[in-house]
This record gives sequence, C-alpha cells and structure tokens, in this order.
Amino acid sequence: MISLEEAKKAVVDDFSMYDEWLDKYEYLIDLGKNLDSYPEEEKTEDKLIKGCQSRVWLNSKVEEGKVFFQADSDAIITKGIISLLIGVYSGRTPEEIAGDDFGFINEIGLKENLSPTRANGLVSMIETIKALAAENCK
Amino acid sequence: MDIDGIRAMFPALAQSVHGKPLVYFDNAATSQRPECVVEKWESLVRGSNANIHRAVHKLAVDATEEYESTRDAVREYINAASREEIIFTSGTTASINLVAFSYGESFVSEGDEIIVTEAEHHSNIVPWQMLCQRKGAVLKVLGVDDGGHLKTEDLESLLTERTKLVAVTQISNVLGIKNPVKHIVNICHSAGCPVLVDGAQGIVHEKVDVRDLDCDFYAFSGHKLYAATGTGVLYGKKEWLEKMVPYQGGGEMIATVRFSGTTYAPLPEKFEAGTQNINSIPTLKPAIEFAKSLQDNEIREYRKRVFDFLYGALTSNPRVHLYGVPRGTEDKVSLFSFSVDGAHHEDLALILDKLGVAVRSGQMCAEPLMDRFGVTGMLRASLAPYNTLEEAEYFIKSLEKALGMLI
Repeated sequence: MISLEEAKKAVVDDFSMYDEWLDKYEYLIDLGKNLDSYPEEEKTEDKLIKGCQSRVWLNSKVEEGKVFFQADSDAIITKGIISLLIGVYSGRTPEEIAGDDFGFINEIGLKENLSPTRANGLVSMIETIKALAAENCK
Repeated sequence: MDIDGIRAMFPALAQSVHGKPLVYFDNAATSQRPECVVEKWESLVRGSNANIHRAVHKLAVDATEEYESTRDAVREYINAASREEIIFTSGTTASINLVAFSYGESFVSEGDEIIVTEAEHHSNIVPWQMLCQRKGAVLKVLGVDDGGHLKTEDLESLLTERTKLVAVTQISNVLGIKNPVKHIVNICHSAGCPVLVDGAQGIVHEKVDVRDLDCDFYAFSGHKLYAATGTGVLYGKKEWLEKMVPYQGGGEMIATVRFSGTTYAPLPEKFEAGTQNINSIPTLKPAIEFAKSLQDNEIREYRKRVFDFLYGALTSNPRVHLYGVPRGTEDKVSLFSFSVDGAHHEDLALILDKLGVAVRSGQMCAEPLMDRFGVTGMLRASLAPYNTLEEAEYFIKSLEKALGMLI
C-alpha cells in the first residue's frame, strides 16, 4: 500500500490535470459511480453525516489495527468526494488519520468551488472521518 | 420598455460567473436590485442619514419624509384603506411572527385552533407552531392535491368556532400556483375567522389589492420585489391592529413611559419599536415604481412566451417531475420546481452553477411539502421579468448537459 503522503499527492496530481471545473466534476462523478457498494442495512440515522445538503452515510470498522471506511450518498458528486477521501484514508492506522491535517483538500480547491453548504458538508465529512479514527487511537 | 431596457437597469445581470454569462434563475429567493434602488439607498446613506421622527434638524426631517412617504407609497400600491395599516418590518418572516405573537397574545387561548396549509414556507408554519405551543392551541393543516393545488373544498369542514386564524400563502415558493385567496377569505369570513396571507411571492407576481382580497393581514418582503434586503411590510386591518398588544417594547412605540406604567403610541408606531431600517425602507419607493412599470402588456406577453417555453420543455422530458401543475393558462407563475429521475437535485445545481446558471436546490424551506411529494429536495428555477427567452433556452440546454454527465 502506498503511503498517506503518496496517496494525497496522487489525488492532487489527478486534479491538476483538469483545468475546467466540469472536468473535475466528471472525475468525481466517475469516482462516485465506482465506489464499492454500501450495505443498505447500514443506512441508519447514526451513520448519516450532519451538515451535508445531500444524505451521506459513513461507516467504519477496525481490522488488524487499521481503520476501513465505507460510504454512500444519494448525490453522485458528494459520493465522489467521500470516495476520494476514503480512498486516501481507508486502511490506515487511527493515529495516522486522526493526526493528519487534510490540507490537500485545499490544494485541489474543492472547498472554494463548492457552495458554502457543501463546503460545510465537506468539513463535516473530514471531521467525521477524524472522529471515527480518534475513537480507535491507543 | 423592452427586455433589453429592463436588463440594462440591473448591473448585476451583466456579470459572468465561472467564465459564463450569469443566468440568474433564483429570483424566488431574492431578486436583483435595479440601479434606481441602489441609488436611493446610496443617497440615503451618504446624504440623509439621521434617525427619524424625533429630532428637528434638517437631516432627520429629510429621513423622516423618506420613510413616511414610503408608507404612503406602499399603502397606495396594495390599496390599503389607511397608512396606519402599514407596518414596516424586516421581512415577511418578521411580519408573520409579529401577528403570531401580538394577535396570538390578544385572541388565542387554550384549545383554540390555527389553520395553515401544506404548501407553506417554514416562515408561515413555525411561528404558528410556537404560538400553539405557548397557548396550548391546536395547529390544523389544509392539504394540497397531487397537482399542488390547495384542497379548498376541505376548508369548510376544518373550520370550527375554535378556529382563530387561517394562514395561507398567495403563491407557494415551491409550487408557483396562484392560490384562490379571495375565495379562501370568503369561506373563512363566513365562519367568522380572520385570514393572514403570506404574500412573499404573491406581491411579486400579482397586482395586490388588500381591500379587494379582504384579507385581515398581508405580509411581504421588499427584497423579492427589487428593494433592499431587511425591508418588510405587514398590512393589517386597523380593527385588528388596534386590539393587538405590541410585539416588541422600546423606543418609538410608546406614548408615555413611567415606572408606574407605560402607554403605547398609536398605529403604526405601536408596532415599530427601535430604530427601523431607515436607510433601506425607502428603497421600496423606486422598487414599487419599477414593479408598476412591469404591468405593461408587451412585457407580460414576453413573460408568457418564456413561461410557455420552459413549461413545454420541462413537461416534455419524461424524466422530469414538475411539482405545481397548472390547471389553466393563468394560474401558475414562472417558478418551476422539479425532480429528475436518476439525478440528484444537488448534483444538478452544482453543475448548472459551473455553467453560469443560478438555481436553487434542496428543500426550499418547505419540508412538509417535500414529504408530501415524497422527495428529499427539488431543483427550482424561478424567473423575473428581466429573464430572457435565450436564458431559458440556455438553461434547458445546460440541464440536458448536466443530465448527460450524471446519467
């Protein structure tokens, strides 16, 4: 598995290939469409991330000291964003995730190019990922 | 005046967003401001900024004249019987809250009933829920049918002698259907019940005559009618306003203040505590003049063409579900809320934004209505008289492009 720094750099590199926001959306839509399916029975109220305009579910489990995430959303661009996040952070140690600054999100300009309500959703997604990891820190 | 002439009055429309010419289709949330409104606001802030009513100096006299002549202009525009019936507020929400409190304190007790409709904005639901909670009163709901029309035929059976008020929107901010408020007022008055009309959208699309409607209260905002934000109006029949307790206490609304007891100012000051939005309220004058100029037949015909095009384009797409389906040719305004099979409203709005099109997505402050139609949200395109047929065509093309990306 590539390191967290390498994974983040790969996302930034991918995004830098697109000048137009519509192309970036196409990329996110693709990510969303290809995200592993999320179990219907886990679409419960407690798995919903607060603060998103669309519904986003995030579930986590710990195996051999690593945190694995599963996610879904009824909006495809949001699903692409959460897919991008869990693609980077899933399978890493709780300490690695909870200690990261998630600064690469700013580098790809995701926050500024989403409406404020969506930016809040993004912030909520990041905070939920961090909180789920922190629960498992030693 | 033609469409180019109208557009030239709105500097905000000439801008580009994300490198594309702006198509502003979120007018039901707030309209853009014409130059005349901006100029009025600027001249007040720069030249006539003083607090109104009390001081005798020149600036105060000028500011008072601007403010009070606005009251006359609003009275005339909605054909109220007297200027005492026009209360300035910060917006529709504040106007409704004022009635919910002051009318509620004066006339509603435990076991009484308030009726709202399923088509209401949260601003015409929550204040009544709060009132009911405070007083132990009961909130009843008049439903809408599948086409988004109020089930007016159910109203008579909902009304009882305990019903103290019916609150209904003239035009829903989601459905765009013109509700038969005059008929509703008739039914309610026959049962001895007063009616509050939420005119937030209605004032923009209808020529409002409160005496002809015979409603007891009429609430609207200035900012959807091209005036500055933070400007609102409550029209209330004098007979009600006089019997209602004040909403807020403070400056302006008093006659005499003693620790042994305070007496209140006569209407309309009784309901205007504290320093009002004195720099912005007078922008209602040029805004009203502008709105009047839109009554022109040529402009109405053009707007009808834009409506027909959008209605035709949206309803001919089998994936599109339109909420608020007109029964006739004149009962829906250019406000289209819809969902699309296989595409989330938020995704559509995000992509449309990048194409320069500003539309609203989500629940539009009407969650009960979303539940009624079984959706988590909708996409809404709401037009103003400055929107063109070309913009409507571009919107439909952009929507098709967005759908192509998503499906």
